[in-house]
Amino acid sequence: MTLGGANPAISVRDLVVGFGDHTVLDRLSLDVRSGEILGVVGASGGGKSVFLRTMIGLVPKRSGQVVLLGTDLDRASDADLRGLERRWGVLFQHGALFSSLTVRQNVQFPMREYLGISQRLMDEVTLAKLEMVGLGPDDLDKFPSELSGGMTKRVALARALALDPEIVFLDEPTSGLDPISAGEFDELIRTLQTTLKLTVFMVTHDLDSLRTICDRIAVLSDGRIVTVGPLAAMYESDHPWVKSYFGGERASLHFSAAAATEV
Amino acid sequence: MTAGTLEIRRDGERIDLVAAGSWTASHAHALEGLVETAEKAGPGPRQVDLAGLGEMDTFGAWLVQRLVRSGGGDGEASIVGVRESYRDLLSRVAATNRRTPRRRTSETGFGGWLRSIGRSVEGLGGELTTFVQMLGAVAVAIVRTLAHPRSFRLTSFVNQLDRVGLRAVPIILLVTVLIGGIIAQQGFFHFRKFGADDYVVDMVGILVLREIGVLIVAIMVAGRSGSSYTAELGSMKMREEIDALQTMGRDPVQVLILPRIAALVVALPILAFLGSMAALYGGLLVAWGYGGMDQLIYLARLREAVSLTHFDVGMIKAPFMALVIGIVACSEGMRVKGSAESLGLQTTVSVVKSIFLVIVLDGFFAIFFASIGM
Repeated sequence: MTLGGANPAISVRDLVVGFGDHTVLDRLSLDVRSGEILGVVGASGGGKSVFLRTMIGLVPKRSGQVVLLGTDLDRASDADLRGLERRWGVLFQHGALFSSLTVRQNVQFPMREYLGISQRLMDEVTLAKLEMVGLGPDDLDKFPSELSGGMTKRVALARALALDPEIVFLDEPTSGLDPISAGEFDELIRTLQTTLKLTVFMVTHDLDSLRTICDRIAVLSDGRIVTVGPLAAMYESDHPWVKSYFGGERASLHFSAAAATEV
Repeated sequence: MTAGTLEIRRDGERIDLVAAGSWTASHAHALEGLVETAEKAGPGPRQVDLAGLGEMDTFGAWLVQRLVRSGGGDGEASIVGVRESYRDLLSRVAATNRRTPRRRTSETGFGGWLRSIGRSVEGLGGELTTFVQMLGAVAVAIVRTLAHPRSFRLTSFVNQLDRVGLRAVPIILLVTVLIGGIIAQQGFFHFRKFGADDYVVDMVGILVLREIGVLIVAIMVAGRSGSSYTAELGSMKMREEIDALQTMGRDPVQVLILPRIAALVVALPILAFLGSMAALYGGLLVAWGYGGMDQLIYLARLREAVSLTHFDVGMIKAPFMALVIGIVACSEGMRVKGSAESLGLQTTVSVVKSIFLVIVLDGFFAIFFASIGM
């Protein structure tokens, strides 16, 4: 297991999560370095989303330690936790936009909760963020039901970035998008990550995302992280699941085609 | 983290704006004030100096951009001393907010109020059309089902009958016993003043059998089952289940709506009968306990006071009320759009509308029965 620099943005030690008799995560440990994009892959139903939701406090853990930005979630006071929640943003798989609020109000929701700034500044920053995720002023007053899948994800990303967080958790950001939109969205995540110096923790199934934007990949299998490293390290792994995932027909077609275009 | 600061220095014609400290979201409130002062610093070319800047995020970058644009007619101010790591962020933010957003016109004041009234009046026609359309669709489905009786969803019908009929019995009995009792108590209290105690039984009997029994039950069913129909169909519509059904060559009206409405039409008369009996029993309990009337006398007076006609009048209304409730509930369910809010709105509309229509229908029946002498 590779350890991050002196201060990893996220540090998880011996995390155990289960429901009833079923143990989903079994003494899982992982470090996410500051300023990297880490992609987590694993079988469907293998606990990737549970892992993400445990870190942001939506699923209770049985034991183990989660340290986000130097704060141990178990030892932090309520005030510390609230301060910490400002410093991360979450993009849920289906966007989770508030359906009764417009795009503008959705993005402004966290700002209104945390920052005492004027409506004018909120409006301007909201528009700036929407334009940074590729939307325009005409989308401001739309309701989530009027948005396409790709636009929903973009608005959700803008909302996740509303407070300029340091860590962004993305749950399958490109699922449900066509390959072109998915590619654009990957590009967007990469650009925003470099512009805003974000640490990105991303659960994904998209081989393209893994190849193009992830600095490192962590493979979750049987409740543990079995391999962490750049894409090249994945091919050298002996673990059977990693082998079939990255050595499978779909993957090899993918990567050989990609290699051919890059040459 | 030191708070962000902004110093305004005048250098002859030129205004130097020197930013320092951290220009981040948490300091945005204070910085906004400083930036507003700088914007009003008067005319003249400006220069923004970012050499002393600590941290910066999108909020800071946008405030810097506001300083840059504050020159007004003199064009944009220049920025000096930008650290390499922030160049990217500044240039991306600089590209935003170039087009002013077109706000959707919101209607306020007297004009907006009038317009919204006008729109609802205009919408009345649409409401009527929806009702008639659903009625027609159900009629077509009935004809089709009669032609092919095997296509009727018997399982679904029985399931719905269980839900809206059998499971509603306890609450309906409880409420109608209370209503019958309350009517009898009020009767004894007021009729006693002029010694007309005996006529309380007539009042309870006729009122319950003709009007109150069926009306209370219909209102309860509209609130209990009508709302659940709307919510069910609405959420199926939201999750494209109805579209899926259609692509498989099945008519949603025949598969989903007909069994539901049929179940209501069968269940409501039964519930109305049980409810009326329970109300009469409630009246008996109060007459015996509060009015001091013997149970046998109550029953004998009841036998004299009511005739089969009164019972018929009540029962004839029940299936029509069920039809109105079912059609309103299902058509409102089909009108649900994508959002959770729309589901809630449509469910409310369904209940309010079906209760209103049930009462209006009851009024028409009263006129009709009076004119034919029932």
